[in-house]
Amino acid sequence: MSNILELKNLSYIYGEGTPFEKCAVSNISLEIKKGEFIGIIGHTGSGKSTLVQMLNGLIKPSGGQVIFDGADIWENPKEIRRIRFKVGMVFQYPEYQLFEETVYKDISFGPSNMGKSGAELDQAVKAAALFTGLKEELLYKSPFDLSGGEKRRAAIAGVIAMDPEVLVLDEPTAGLDPMGRDVLLSQIVQYHKERKNTVLLVSHSMEDIARVADRIIVMNNSEAVMYDETKEVFSKGRELEKIGLRVPQITKIMLKLKEKGYDVADGILNVDDALAQIFSLLKKEGKI
Amino acid sequence: MIRDVAFGQFFPGKSIIHRVDPRAKIIMLTAFLIIIFCTFNYLSLLLVTLFTATFIALSGVPVKFYFKSLKVIVFIVLITSVLNMFYGTGDPIWEWGILKITLNGINRAIFITVRIICLILASSCLTFTTSPTDLTDALERLMKPLNKIHFPVHEIAMMMSLALRFVPTLLEETDKITQAQKARGADMESGNIFQRIKSFIPILIPLFVSAFRRAYDLATAMECRCYRGGNGRTRMKIIHMTKTDVISFCILGFIICGVVLCNIFVTAAI
Repeated sequence: MSNILELKNLSYIYGEGTPFEKCAVSNISLEIKKGEFIGIIGHTGSGKSTLVQMLNGLIKPSGGQVIFDGADIWENPKEIRRIRFKVGMVFQYPEYQLFEETVYKDISFGPSNMGKSGAELDQAVKAAALFTGLKEELLYKSPFDLSGGEKRRAAIAGVIAMDPEVLVLDEPTAGLDPMGRDVLLSQIVQYHKERKNTVLLVSHSMEDIARVADRIIVMNNSEAVMYDETKEVFSKGRELEKIGLRVPQITKIMLKLKEKGYDVADGILNVDDALAQIFSLLKKEGKI
Repeated sequence: MIRDVAFGQFFPGKSIIHRVDPRAKIIMLTAFLIIIFCTFNYLSLLLVTLFTATFIALSGVPVKFYFKSLKVIVFIVLITSVLNMFYGTGDPIWEWGILKITLNGINRAIFITVRIICLILASSCLTFTTSPTDLTDALERLMKPLNKIHFPVHEIAMMMSLALRFVPTLLEETDKITQAQKARGADMESGNIFQRIKSFIPILIPLFVSAFRRAYDLATAMECRCYRGGNGRTRMKIIHMTKTDVISFCILGFIICGVVLCNIFVTAAI
């Protein structure tokens, strides 16, 4: 598969030349293939949010290039708006960006900026609402009358409605209840499967990332210290803990078992796999 | 970005100017600003300029930021100095219709330019070296006598410090919302003036909503900690006058004397 995004020696420095100068992203080079589901993890302040904001040209890199579909996105700065439609970005707590009179109008803000109108617009809005599980009757309410979870869905729908080729979500489940998290996450996975587009998910929840990501970028002190298959990354539990992250609980249990000398596989990501491993182990030892 | 505006920013540091009592700084700045406008000849103007330069050097804040704070007022300075040039008295050096330039006019223009620049630089020196909390705290103490005439000094000071405290927060919020709307294709850079104003609606509405939300949250949090105004409220940090303050008052006295003497013994230029 071809690369949809390519980062070359990307770096970003905040407040260059002031006493508050701070390097947020330094010298990151990596490739993201079309249709991948990428997880981005790292502790607070490791540069995740800055990195993703450079992907659609919201901030201009201090050095290096972002290459989308073979062309540098800053090649023609006047056309940067077109990149933003192709790389959709859902910010942290996106519900604070709602502003229209009705949810419907708010979701249509993005697509109508793209020049869509009439039936095409209507279809984009309804499809986005469906993906995020917003009920039809909510579309005609004021966004400020919705509950917290519904607002979050409406805001995410506002980005999905632009039908971006790459969807970037910065902590989409932060502050939601466990049920809401699970539902929202499966809707994102569903969306990824149906539209076959590329999704980048920034999250603090290792469980969430383990569940959905194909590959993981690990950020630490403004650098991308790991970029590998989910299994590989989570089999390096010690290294992750050193940089203030942890592995999913079930992965940790299996790592501990392995340390005790039991013959189990590395990088187990969910309870079902773990159960299968333990059962086969017990069978081998003749205990069941 | 909006954050690039240097005027009114605080730069933490340990310089002698940082250490001067904020109350003393406010009083001295006020006096100094009056003195700036009491300069009537080049010698006193030079004296005032030299002292402004000394304050800047002592503050330890990079000179670059002082220049940045001047950038905002370039136009005001230009317009006032050009206007002043045509309002002089005496023999015209150059004449065109009703417009005439005199030596007195040129002098006036130079004076007004230098005065405004010194004024901005000296005020920047105060805000660069004093944290907003210290500043409002000092203002509250200086205005305390007004309590006698039932002027709500504490409330005003509290409102000021809250407003100052929320400036960076709201700027950050504005940035965030702008980014979010730009990500949805909001176009704020092109179009005529009406389109541009309209394009700010998607930013202003969420900003107001969140400002009100923050205000309610803050009010609740303050009430939860039994805040009920200034009566009987004690302070965590009590500021005292120190030797530095006495010395700085002496320097101020020196400047005042210098300017007054110059005005007496040197003929006025304007």
